[in-house]
Amino acid sequence: MAMPQTETVHETATTAAPDIAVSARNVSKNYGPVEALKDLSLEFPRGQLTSLLGPSGCGKTTLLKIIAGLLEPSGGDIQVDGKAVTGPGPDRAFVFQDFALLPWASVIRNVAFGLELRGINKSEREDIASRYIKDVGLAGFEHSFPHELSGGMRQRVGLARALSVDADVLLMDEPFSAVDEQTRRKFQEDLLALVANENKTFIFVTHSIEEAVYVSDQIAILLPRPSRVSDIIRPTGLREKDSTSIRRDPEYLDIVDEIWASLRSYVE
Amino acid sequence: MNRPLLLKLLSAAIVFGAWEIAGRIPVSYALPTFFEAMAALFRMAFDGSLWTAYAETLKPLAIGVLISAVLGITIGLWVGLSKWFDWLFSPIFIVMQAAPLAALIPLLVMMYGIGLTSKVFVVCIMAMPVIVLNTAGAVRNTPTSLTEMGRSFQASWWEVILKIVIPAASPVIFSGLRLGVSAGFIGAILSELKITPTGVGDIITYSRSIADYASMYAAIFSIIVLAVIFLNLLEKLEFYLFEGNARGYASD
Amino acid sequence: MQLFGIRLPAMSSLIIWGIVWEVFGRLEISFFVPPLSAVVTTLFEVIGSAAFQKALYETAYAFASGVFFAVVIGIPTGIMMGKNRLLDELLLPWVNIFLSAPLTALVPVLMVLFGFGMKSIIITTTLFAIWIIILNARAGVMQINRSLLEMARSFGASPWAAFSKVYFWAALPEILGGVRIGVIRAVKGVIIGQLLISIVGFGALFELYANNFLMEHFWAVLVVLFAMAFTISELLGYLERRVAYYAAKR
Repeated sequence: MAMPQTETVHETATTAAPDIAVSARNVSKNYGPVEALKDLSLEFPRGQLTSLLGPSGCGKTTLLKIIAGLLEPSGGDIQVDGKAVTGPGPDRAFVFQDFALLPWASVIRNVAFGLELRGINKSEREDIASRYIKDVGLAGFEHSFPHELSGGMRQRVGLARALSVDADVLLMDEPFSAVDEQTRRKFQEDLLALVANENKTFIFVTHSIEEAVYVSDQIAILLPRPSRVSDIIRPTGLREKDSTSIRRDPEYLDIVDEIWASLRSYVE
Repeated sequence: MNRPLLLKLLSAAIVFGAWEIAGRIPVSYALPTFFEAMAALFRMAFDGSLWTAYAETLKPLAIGVLISAVLGITIGLWVGLSKWFDWLFSPIFIVMQAAPLAALIPLLVMMYGIGLTSKVFVVCIMAMPVIVLNTAGAVRNTPTSLTEMGRSFQASWWEVILKIVIPAASPVIFSGLRLGVSAGFIGAILSELKITPTGVGDIITYSRSIADYASMYAAIFSIIVLAVIFLNLLEKLEFYLFEGNARGYASD
Repeated sequence: MQLFGIRLPAMSSLIIWGIVWEVFGRLEISFFVPPLSAVVTTLFEVIGSAAFQKALYETAYAFASGVFFAVVIGIPTGIMMGKNRLLDELLLPWVNIFLSAPLTALVPVLMVLFGFGMKSIIITTTLFAIWIIILNARAGVMQINRSLLEMARSFGASPWAAFSKVYFWAALPEILGGVRIGVIRAVKGVIIGQLLISIVGFGALFELYANNFLMEHFWAVLVVLFAMAFTISELLGYLERRVAYYAAKR
């Protein structure tokens, strides 16, 4: 990667023409007569975290699954590093809302599952997996089974699995919505560190305004019926701050208020 | 001693005790006591007649269950994976599942005689529908996020089937197998009682005809015990093949 | 299933299988399989016959009585097992054994104890149906949401009110599920009982037609029987779904 340092990332975030890792161009998706997405265009800068924020039914998960190659768009296309997406690829890894862990497999097999599917031999993939298990703070749980773990620990397994395939783009579908509030806060802090340390592009779906403002370099606000990008917000000042004091920052509070003001009319 | 085991023994003692008392009164001329039945069981076990009988009974049962399992799971996977096969074949098995297929026995006897073929057929028609329907249902209900996860890591179609769909479906497939095997037992005994008395069915029929009720109860007792043991073995096999199944499931 | 954009009804493939049957029969591949059309013609003739109506009456009587006893004994037993741990631990092993035991082996016992008649057939039917009803009623009571029970207690519900207004309804989807499976098993039980005892009902009728090689009659009765069994099972499935709407929401 060209820019492994975090400072560089901040610079690109503020320059006029950032390096684009993923771009969605005029993407539409219809389910029969229902328009889930209509003519949506959006760019995701490299090395940054972009949130897709919006009320339920605004098509944010649909867009994420189209980027993942799990769904096919009815119109338009997705480009990752200038190449059009035709299906799932090694350049993208998905973190699921409900974790999608194999209940019959131990933590280490779950984490190594992406590598297993790539045909990497057992000892090598388990080496890599145990490194990431340690990274997400689950050392010692390698041979536990998913049902023995708490919700937060299960999502750490899901995260380690996505990290272990070393994809450039991490797609996260409301990854923290099924864990409790304290765990979620810890996750959000860890995520900031991850964005800073790994030069990966994160695309993050959430319905929590506070979460989006806290973790994002760029927030795309999606509105439903017809689904569209209504606004793009870049909380530029927040990334330099200490992750523990962001929530008291005036800029943080202003952005949260601003987003709520623009969304409240869409909440029934 | 632990409580569950103690209570199981107590429970067995109560039931067998009640049987013993009912046999001593006697409630009916045709009801031997529990100990008489057990004595008959040991006598038959020692003179070897029980084992010869089981060799005979287990033949159609084993062949029938094996055919039903292999064919049933294959068809079930197929039906569960393909909408077209689902539409074409599901109704047949749904009707078979609801219908009293035992009624086909006279027909099977006419078509295939009174030999092994008919008996295997009886076991198969009893055991197969539930295996097919369970397998198909389980395959259809594989959590979408698991298959999407596999696809997002670029698993091939075969890998998704082998590494995700089948293991995810395995608990329900195995419960179908258990139901199928127990239906197979019903079919095997039914065919021995109805078609030609062989094996355990012969012991039951013959000892009833000579009013040796202790032997009759002993044979019935033994076949029930055998069915229970067999189903437990099947459960062991499941846990051996799919380690995670024994460990419960993360549902959320 | 869709064909050329038209949704095909769920069981519509049976029409195709009917056609296959007809063709198979017309080709006279097997003496034992007459064409469907011939079976259907015979069917109307058979339904009108006194022998059929007698068999139907006897079967329906044994079936209804068997199911009645299974439900009346099974549901309370299951509920009590769900509420009383000691009772549960004493009875559960037996319920599980008889649930999967080859009950056909017990029919000869019933024959010597209760004679070669209706009584034995009714008991066979009950034995086929009762265990799953017990097990489901038990499971239904055991899965009742604790907060629902605490709600009833906090509003000062008497034990009877708690039972009739909360327990029973909370467990109803499972109980009905058990009854549905039990009834399907009872259909099989009543036919197996009749086949083995074979002097009453459809068992006797099948014997008669088979021995005289009246294939069309045989198949006609089979078709009627299967259709009735299927209708019963679908009807109960429909009823169960009407209650199941809240089962998933607990």
